[in-house]
Amino acid sequence: MLSLIYLIGSVTFIIGLKMLGNPATARKGNAIAAGGMALAILGTIFLYRHHGQGLHNYGWIIAGLLIGSVIGFISARTVKMTAMPEMVSLFNGMGGACAALISVVEFEHMSDTLADTTGSRMQLGIIFAGMVIGAVSFAGSVIAWGKLNGRIRDVSFQGQHILNMSVLAVIVLLAAYVTILLPSSTVILFAAVLALSLVYGIIFVLPIGGADMPVVISLLNSFTGVAAACGGFLYNNPVMLTGGILVGSAGTILTILMCKAMNRSLKNVLIGAFGGAKPGSAS
Amino acid sequence: MTPVFSFLEQHLELTYIVILSIFLGVEVISRVPSVLHTPLMSGANAIHGVVIIGAIIVMGQASEENYLALILGFLAVILGTVNVVGGFVVTDRMLEMFKSKKSK
Repeated sequence: MLSLIYLIGSVTFIIGLKMLGNPATARKGNAIAAGGMALAILGTIFLYRHHGQGLHNYGWIIAGLLIGSVIGFISARTVKMTAMPEMVSLFNGMGGACAALISVVEFEHMSDTLADTTGSRMQLGIIFAGMVIGAVSFAGSVIAWGKLNGRIRDVSFQGQHILNMSVLAVIVLLAAYVTILLPSSTVILFAAVLALSLVYGIIFVLPIGGADMPVVISLLNSFTGVAAACGGFLYNNPVMLTGGILVGSAGTILTILMCKAMNRSLKNVLIGAFGGAKPGSAS
Repeated sequence: MTPVFSFLEQHLELTYIVILSIFLGVEVISRVPSVLHTPLMSGANAIHGVVIIGAIIVMGQASEENYLALILGFLAVILGTVNVVGGFVVTDRMLEMFKSKKSK
């Protein structure tokens, strides 16, 4: 039953996304995707079984859903038309934070049963991937939000590109080290990777110019999609996987299209600030 | 590399979904008018809110004494819901504006 609901949910996402690409059907497509999402959420709450056991903590779940709905609805309704891109960025960041939190809880859950087996390692790897991508997306989106409403200024300095790359390299190496060798200090290293991911999200977006923010938000959007898909692997959940990967790939293409509409390449947008800082610094 | 391959073999269905979804996403988005870029981004933003399902599962499986898991899970459910609800509502508002502009 639940797998059928997930199938319907996945199909509505595909149809919704397709219809969103055409001005005549866009609004309907959005509504269809929203309906599929509601169905998938309700189905998960009431029909989810793991080893024959249903979910508990219903009070918490319902309360969280209600609080989230009220906050989301009110902020989406009251935001000014001109402030919408920054709102999208903020929502995207929350999705990223949600994915990162899931990974943190799952890590805490499995850290005592961590065994030297392939399955356990792969699971740890996926948990790391979900957390890193989610945290980068969260921190980056918050910075993008701050830039769009003028609270945060562009910051760029010499060698920034190298710093960013080294932080990213450290994140990947640490995650790989923990996943492959399973050292005893896993928890500390996990926390370190989380902290570094947040830092990377910040320094990744900081140097990029304010006008390029929509492109960056679109990119972070596809990151969050991938983070959601990691959850799909973790729970063997097809709807999270389709939804996440669909957004991941569609978001990447959309990012490239947006760059093309501005007559620039993605590389130019992302690295442009470093090269452009020298001649443009007078302004 | 062997663990990766055996993992993929065990999750063959999911792997198929991933690969097909990648092509599907690319196919669905290409040839979209640039006016629709922002609503499309916003719509996609709402769709990746499916991550809420993971949050619900985390929350529903947390044991009653595990306060860390309960608090983080609760936070995740709230954040995920804001993403979903806010995402769809904002997209709808954008498209509403788009429509009224066109009819004038």
